Amino acid sequence: MIYNYIGSFSIIISLLLSIFIFLKIFLELKNLSQFSNINLKQLIFFQFFFVLVGFISLLVLFINSEFGNITVFNNSHTTKPMFYKISGLWGNHEGSLLLWMLILTSINLVYFLTSNSRSINERLVTLIFQQIIIFGFLIFLIFTSNPFSEVFPIPKEGLGLNPILQDPILAIHPPVLYIGYVSTSIIFSSSLSSIILGNVNSSWAGHIKKWIIGTWIFLTGGILLGSIWAYYELGWGGFWFWDPVENISLMPWISLTALLHCILVLNKRSALGSWSIILSITTFTLSICGTFLVRSGILNSVHTFANDPERGLYILLFLFFIIFMSLIIYFFYEEKLNFSNKSFGLITKESHILINNWFLMYFLSVILIGTVYPIFLEVIANQKISVGPPFFNKLIIPFLIPFLIFMSIGPNLAWIKSKKFEKKFILFLFLIINLILSYLILNLIGKTQLTSILLLAASFYLFFISFKDLLKKGHKNPSQVISHFGFSLLILSIILNALFSKEIITNLKVGEQVQFKNNKIIFKRIDVSSETNYEKITGLFIIKNQKNISEQFLPEIRIYNQPQVITSEAFIKTSIFKDRFLVINPIKDKTYFNVRYQEKPLMIWIWISTILIIIGGSINFLKNEK
Amino acid sequence: MYGKKVKLRALFLITLILSLTLIVFLVLYSLKENVVYFLSPTEIKTLNEVKKDKIRVGGMVKKSSINIINDEIIFIITDFQNEINVTYSGLVPNLFQENKGVVAEGFLEDKNYFKATKILAKHDENYMPPDLNKKKDE
Repeated sequence: MIYNYIGSFSIIISLLLSIFIFLKIFLELKNLSQFSNINLKQLIFFQFFFVLVGFISLLVLFINSEFGNITVFNNSHTTKPMFYKISGLWGNHEGSLLLWMLILTSINLVYFLTSNSRSINERLVTLIFQQIIIFGFLIFLIFTSNPFSEVFPIPKEGLGLNPILQDPILAIHPPVLYIGYVSTSIIFSSSLSSIILGNVNSSWAGHIKKWIIGTWIFLTGGILLGSIWAYYELGWGGFWFWDPVENISLMPWISLTALLHCILVLNKRSALGSWSIILSITTFTLSICGTFLVRSGILNSVHTFANDPERGLYILLFLFFIIFMSLIIYFFYEEKLNFSNKSFGLITKESHILINNWFLMYFLSVILIGTVYPIFLEVIANQKISVGPPFFNKLIIPFLIPFLIFMSIGPNLAWIKSKKFEKKFILFLFLIINLILSYLILNLIGKTQLTSILLLAASFYLFFISFKDLLKKGHKNPSQVISHFGFSLLILSIILNALFSKEIITNLKVGEQVQFKNNKIIFKRIDVSSETNYEKITGLFIIKNQKNISEQFLPEIRIYNQPQVITSEAFIKTSIFKDRFLVINPIKDKTYFNVRYQEKPLMIWIWISTILIIIGGSINFLKNEK
Repeated sequence: MYGKKVKLRALFLITLILSLTLIVFLVLYSLKENVVYFLSPTEIKTLNEVKKDKIRVGGMVKKSSINIINDEIIFIITDFQNEINVTYSGLVPNLFQENKGVVAEGFLEDKNYFKATKILAKHDENYMPPDLNKKKDE
């Protein structure tokens, strides 16, 4: 029980330290530092330290299964394996917010320690904005979602963690995604500070670039983990569903990707400064927006743990405050950004980056509208609607075509002015060849709509050109080339996967069989066994192909006892060319089962290519720049 | 005469405004086309006319109402006041059980008969369509 008190007090101490840090920075900025001999570094360290103490206290409570604590009571159970007892800490609203705070204070410390090269004023102003964010979230943590609330009388047993969250990938998905979300705050604070001090320039871009790339790596990794989990755990047989919570993680990613490219232009060519600032503010706002929408319980989905209007309202107010503050700062100090209106030609790297930035902004707005519109309509007109995948596909796919083509050409152009564009005839010819190739491929399966042909051609085009770049320029600029190649592979795999996936869904009893193309799917039997915290039903399926070679598929159904939930574990056979996916669900009295069998080509390449994108980013992150 | 720069800027502005208008139009149009309304069995009973639009129906799967005929699953969605018959063939989420909340997407044949094209899985074990929560407590 003592840990409840340690936790509560250490969180309150870090809130008090927040006020001390404000005072200290204020004195420093006014050159009154002689009045206080406290070291700022120590204050920042202790703020991090006390949040860490709070975090460890909660961790100990979880490990010891002390159900006197409300968070532990609601989310843990004595029969749960130790690993999930620990991950249960952030599998809920209060605990995940504490994790959020831990990351926020630790990156604050990391920023302070690694920004020695910057002017002291820039660092101090950045820290002020960081402190505003930390203060706001600490108040939120203490007053609306205190993880250290007590339960009387102390229950003997906890309520357990939602079983679909009991999964190794999902245990690390939130921390990785959170590091990404939270690190956007440094980009936000630093860009506000540099606009106030009027030093939005090439040197600032070089400094903040590391933060942007680091954040981007974690955000990409977090989304990848979530996607892999959804693929094998939810049994819907896909990796992206345009579910609101997925969209929410994609939105900051898109604006961060745009920012990543703009900051390169700012660094190399001292242009697009204003636009970079706007993107920094947008990225951070979207990250908080994500927390707001997921945590407020407005969105009904697997991620919704809380349904408390007070929390939603608080984050909404905080969000408005942040947006309002940054807009005021932007408009007051915008004139300080005296960029000599450098014009650049149409056929340059800059212009192509800018064009694709606009495309990214378009994708972002489509996703934003599709995600937020239903919420507004419900509040305003009390009508419940949903916006499904057709909306997103229809509005995004056609615009992906020019986007991919610009992306293929852009990196091969020079800065300022391109002279080497005499090769354009070859590039154009190459595009025609790709069009014909795509037409032939699609003709094979009889899906010759114009958009699919163009889209496939554009993605082949990007794929071949970035592959050529990989071979030719791989040693010169490995990070860009690898990331772009990874992205082209990702788009190509997604498109081919969508076009060539085949599936059958049917209802079977034990002993029945069904024909699928040249394969025979036979449902042999079920085995029931019992594990520590669930009962397991394993189905035995034999799939025979036309050469009479049979393979076993063993999908599972798990019936968890605490809380009582049924989950399906898909059985997936992965190969380089395709994944074969079988999942079963009980429909009635464990006699009839709903069976879904899918053949999904190039599935593994979707994961590999995303990892390539991350590797590309990491190379740049680890590179030492003079 | 206007300089080359002014002309270029005007051209840029015009393209920007045109493409923005086009995009707003496109987004609103697709939104109108792809929006799916959510209704309860009672709301369906009070409809003036049965439209051909895709809708979602939410409620509880009535106890011992699930029947299976080959690929088809037949069941009843109830909100404890009114009910509606549903036929469905396709993937069933593992939260689909008798006496549990369900959201089905599809088309109305008439006021008593709903042909579902999708059963949604995106909710947790405590999920209930919002209106039902109140009714169950009463």
